[in-house]
Amino acid sequence: MVAETVEPTTAAPYIAGDEAVLRVENLTKHFVKKRLGRPTTAVKAVSDVSFDLAPGETLGLVGESGCGKTTLSRLILRLIEPTSGRVIVEGKDVTRLSKRQLREFRQRVQVVFQDPYASLDPRQRVAASVAEPLTNSKLSSDEKLRIVHETLERMGLQRAQARLFPHQFSGGQRQRIGIARALSVTPKVLLLDEPVSALDVSIQAQVLKLLQELRDEYRLSYILISHDLSVVRHVSDRVMVMYLGRVVEMAPKEELYTAPRHPYTASLLSAAPVPDPDVERTRERIQLLGDPPNPASPPPGCAFHRRCFQAELVAQKLGDSEVTVLEDGRRVPRTCAEKQPVLVTQDATKHWSACHFPLSREAVATVTA
Amino acid sequence: MTVNSDRSDVVLDIERLRTRIETPRGVVHPVNDVSLQCRRGRTLAVVGESGSGKSMTFMSVLGLLPAGGTIESGTVRYQGREIDPTDKKAARQLRGKAIGIIFQDALAGLNPSFTVGQQIADVVRHHEGVSRAKAKEKAIETLGLVGIPNPRERADYYPHQLSGGMRQRVMIAMGVALRPQVLVADEPTTALDVTVQAQIMELLDGLRRELGMSLVIITHDLGVVARYAEEVAVMYGGRVVEHGEARQVLKNTVHPYTEALLRSSPRPDADVGELSPIPGQPPNLLAVPSGCSFHPRCHRANGRPECSRDIPLLRSLSPESQLTACHHAEEMALQKVSK
Ligand SMILES: Nc1ncnc2c1ncn2[C@@H]1O[C@H](COP(=O)(O)OP(=O)(O)OP(=O)(O)O)[C@@H](O)[C@H]1O
Ligand SMILES: Nc1ncnc2c1ncn2[C@@H]1O[C@H](COP(=O)(O)OP(=O)(O)OP(=O)(O)O)[C@@H](O)[C@H]1O
Ligand code: SF4
Ligand code: SF4
Ligand SMILES: [Mg+2]
Ligand SMILES: [Mg+2]
Repeated sequence: MVAETVEPTTAAPYIAGDEAVLRVENLTKHFVKKRLGRPTTAVKAVSDVSFDLAPGETLGLVGESGCGKTTLSRLILRLIEPTSGRVIVEGKDVTRLSKRQLREFRQRVQVVFQDPYASLDPRQRVAASVAEPLTNSKLSSDEKLRIVHETLERMGLQRAQARLFPHQFSGGQRQRIGIARALSVTPKVLLLDEPVSALDVSIQAQVLKLLQELRDEYRLSYILISHDLSVVRHVSDRVMVMYLGRVVEMAPKEELYTAPRHPYTASLLSAAPVPDPDVERTRERIQLLGDPPNPASPPPGCAFHRRCFQAELVAQKLGDSEVTVLEDGRRVPRTCAEKQPVLVTQDATKHWSACHFPLSREAVATVTA
Repeated sequence: MTVNSDRSDVVLDIERLRTRIETPRGVVHPVNDVSLQCRRGRTLAVVGESGSGKSMTFMSVLGLLPAGGTIESGTVRYQGREIDPTDKKAARQLRGKAIGIIFQDALAGLNPSFTVGQQIADVVRHHEGVSRAKAKEKAIETLGLVGIPNPRERADYYPHQLSGGMRQRVMIAMGVALRPQVLVADEPTTALDVTVQAQIMELLDGLRRELGMSLVIITHDLGVVARYAEEVAVMYGGRVVEHGEARQVLKNTVHPYTEALLRSSPRPDADVGELSPIPGQPPNLLAVPSGCSFHPRCHRANGRPECSRDIPLLRSLSPESQLTACHHAEEMALQKVSK
């Protein structure tokens, strides 16, 4: 295997300029596993990720398990240190903040996790949990309690419920408590890591609607991580698709869902079943082969090339010298197997993709029709 | 009540099943008057929110109720013959050989200290009493059947050496090792990525065809219903509230709960506009609302007295194959026609 060098991408899918509430620059995290004290393999969890977030914007983040979504959000929250790259919140470089500044920053960027039960202390009354992010503020305890009550009420819960414990609430209510806690410090950015995955559809809709209302009310920006493509479509303005630690496509929601350029995105969309039997039974499906590769030993070239239908299609038209034959006998373009595609945009549509042979609108129509 | 009165292809027939569980806080009925038929070569989907009784229905049939649980009334017939799930020996015979099950927390169901081949072979030996070598061969053959590449080599892997999708395939292999007539897959894809979900569903669908099994998919994903099921039963608070051909139920629903489920789900293929969440929460089985248990959350109840007074029975509406348990189903059907 040839060691590959990654060319730094100077251009990046930024849209907000100085307005940006959050800007992530070439963020990279390689976890180095140590065996007997000696570093062995590095898990390339996040590689060279860049994007920004406009005020009031919701950015959806999708990709298979292990592609680096949670690692990216932990980097943004500075719960872990990046291997390289920067995170800039309202103009300040978070990766260089002092302890005290970090505390202030924590008020600007808050997080809501998937499992509200695991993220709330079972022995703590709800009031204390919700007030937790306010711990270091100079507010009096009366003022804190007032904020707690107001926030809970805004979440559709009752004041009196502040005195209860987490187990006395349903899943949907617990998730609202998680959101109340994140909002008690009036943040600018909310990271939502699978916020509704553990909830039933009817309760999921209640929480999604609440999140949308809060965003409009407080002009919050969201990063919504979800494996549910329907949820992401419903709430996002822009969507970012990750594969094996890298951004492979990023576009305004409508564009991404109707005219994906990256074959991986097209495969994801094609896999999601639609609750309409007439649509489902006539639709062709792209069968995505195999499992995602191991981030400790990513394939050379385009990390997707062993599962990519487009690579096979393109290879059919190429001569033997331009083709690489894979272990299982499938043929892909040599470029796909050897050269890492860079995230680029071909027009000014804010539509970015990292593929040597991006899909055209027509191609998408034929493979998914 | 059946969706289709022809019973010639019915393999498993559940009739008016009522299950009770005695808990420290009182008696609950997680399965209440449930009738379902599993037909040869066909797929039945059972949908409904968490706690609606989907798993408990099949746990009752398989004699796997938790402590304090018993069948209070109803009958279960397998290939025309009545069976008694409370008879431990009969139930054990039924499991695996007649009815295979893929449990909801499937991945927890694998033993980390045995190879996957051994675990499947154990199932085979236990039921068929064949030699170790024969059982191992059957295990390898079944691993191949569920699409595991190099099954002979993979049979010697431990569960942790396999990906989530591969482990789910192993669970399916355990479910079909004895080539059962009915395969119950309880939320077979919930914890998996969409791409792997699609692979697993295609696998189950293929096995149904190949082995001529009756497939039951317990799910909360209406997309899965649309793609794979011929028939669907919608459960709420332990009861079947709508039952019919999948296409009918999804396109021309005649129960407000199904309608509400559809209106509260976003779609991957279209913008749905604003979601209409269902207010409140699913019923607490210790204090089930009077009359129609959906009435406190129902957008069509409008305070009508019969909704909070009388339990609506499951009855057929034209087309006859569609069953509904709503007092006002005719009204819904009429509105749909006039639209
Ligand atoms: N602390 C760690 N040490 C070593 N490897 C790690 C660590 N945290 C994450 N990883 C690895 O980094 C990769 C990305 O993990 P991450 O949790 O970010 O994925 P994800 O996209 O959030 O997945 P999921 O959808 O399953 O939540 C995975 O291969 C994971 O095993
Ligand atoms: N051991 C038990 N004791 C008392 N009640 C129980 C017990 N196990 C389950 N129940 C109740 O039985 C009801 C039906 O449970 P069941 O597991 O069938 O739901 P389900 O529809 O499969 O839900 P899910 O989608 O969460 O799997 C639930 O309300 C549950 O609280
Ligand atoms: S670069 Fe090649 S292998 Fe990668 S996604 Fe594009 S076509 Fe497929
Ligand atoms: S019976 Fe009444 S409460 Fe129940 S679903 Fe029908 S309209 Fe709603
Ligand atoms: Mg994650
Ligand atoms: Mg269940």
